[in-house]
Amino acid sequence: MYTQGLDQAGKEQREVAETADMLAAFQARIDAEEKIEAKDWMPEAYRRTLIRQISQHAHSEIIGMQPEGNWLTRAPSLKRKAILLAKVQDEAGHGLYLYSAAETLGVSRDQLVGDLLSGKAKYSSIFNYPTLSWADIGAVGWLVDGAAIMNQIPLCRCSYGPYARAMVRVCKEESFHQRQGFEIMLTLCRGTDEQKAMAQDALSRWWWPSLMMFGPNDSESKHSAQSMAWKIKRFTNDELRQKFVDVTVQQAEYLGISVPDKDLRFDESSGHHTFGEIDWQEFMDVIAGNGPCNKQRLEKRQAAHDDGAWVREAAQAYASKQAALAAA
Amino acid sequence: MSKQEWPLYEVFIRTKSGLSHRHAGSVHAADDQMALDNARDTYTRRREGVSLWVVRSDSIVASDPAETAAFFEPAEDKIYRHPTFYEIPDGVENL
Ligand SMILES: [Fe+2]
Ligand SMILES: [Fe+2]
Repeated sequence: MYTQGLDQAGKEQREVAETADMLAAFQARIDAEEKIEAKDWMPEAYRRTLIRQISQHAHSEIIGMQPEGNWLTRAPSLKRKAILLAKVQDEAGHGLYLYSAAETLGVSRDQLVGDLLSGKAKYSSIFNYPTLSWADIGAVGWLVDGAAIMNQIPLCRCSYGPYARAMVRVCKEESFHQRQGFEIMLTLCRGTDEQKAMAQDALSRWWWPSLMMFGPNDSESKHSAQSMAWKIKRFTNDELRQKFVDVTVQQAEYLGISVPDKDLRFDESSGHHTFGEIDWQEFMDVIAGNGPCNKQRLEKRQAAHDDGAWVREAAQAYASKQAALAAA
Repeated sequence: MSKQEWPLYEVFIRTKSGLSHRHAGSVHAADDQMALDNARDTYTRRREGVSLWVVRSDSIVASDPAETAAFFEPAEDKIYRHPTFYEIPDGVENL
């Protein structure tokens, strides 16, 4: 997921070459459920929307490695450590699949990485919260990867072929993530009172930020309608959030821990849970860069990038030398 | 050191013997060997393949989507290349 539609105000100037006929023909392809491929003609706004969404998604996967990486050296057993390492490695893979998909739209990897490091590009608000205890690793897998799956499954049918194919791969791997998270929660909830309290504390802190992952309410979401028309999005933010609440509340009940929302109740007539108001001010603050960990996350990414510079340079020098030798 | 982006490689995976290689995605790498290693780590963490191909993206020659109709036009009007074009009377078997 991680595609919250966090836009910097988009410049919507159209290229002169886009005639009404071309736009109509493009929309007809979309309406016929045809997939759009990299070299096909597409409206500039479609291209820009996809670059923004796919790169935001990729950045989220990459930054998302940090909160979990925080517990790699302190996992409670070797088995847990190996599993967590595999999960964090998957997130790196997701970032790479997605950067590749974005590059098919004519943007370079360096440009994408540069936009993340400069703070120009956004990533999901959720990764700006800290993982304070081991139970948070359970909560992140269960809730954050769970919310991601909710958002990502429809993206497997997205109109842009390379993005859709990348998402198929991502979705297969995410369900391992969610299950391992739930299993950590289950183990804690079946443990001592203290362990169960850890699980409750993690749920209490991660619940609302997880709901924010779906982005603003539909009434506030400026890109939703166009993205739906282009079949980049298949469901609205509120529809996906509702689905997530409905399935997750039942899982929390099974665990025997409670969702921190006094307004939460099951509505017999609609068959859905109604829930309390999200603190949108908190959401806006985190997006604006003032969440608990924004600064730390970007600094760490920048440091990793800088520390890897000599490796990239050495590999390039070696490749150039080998190529020169082969040519001689 | 010039800051140069590593070239892009397209990745193709054979999932098991008997099947063709299929496009999976792409990776950046400084050279061919690194492209293979990166492709393995990125696309086959769950034993998705028994063989990998990587090829520099700029080595691929592709047909132009804008010319699709004209390019494939020669096949358009040759329905007699399909067995269903021929009418076989009832009673003729094994044909
Ligand atoms: Fe992921
Ligand atoms: Fe994940």
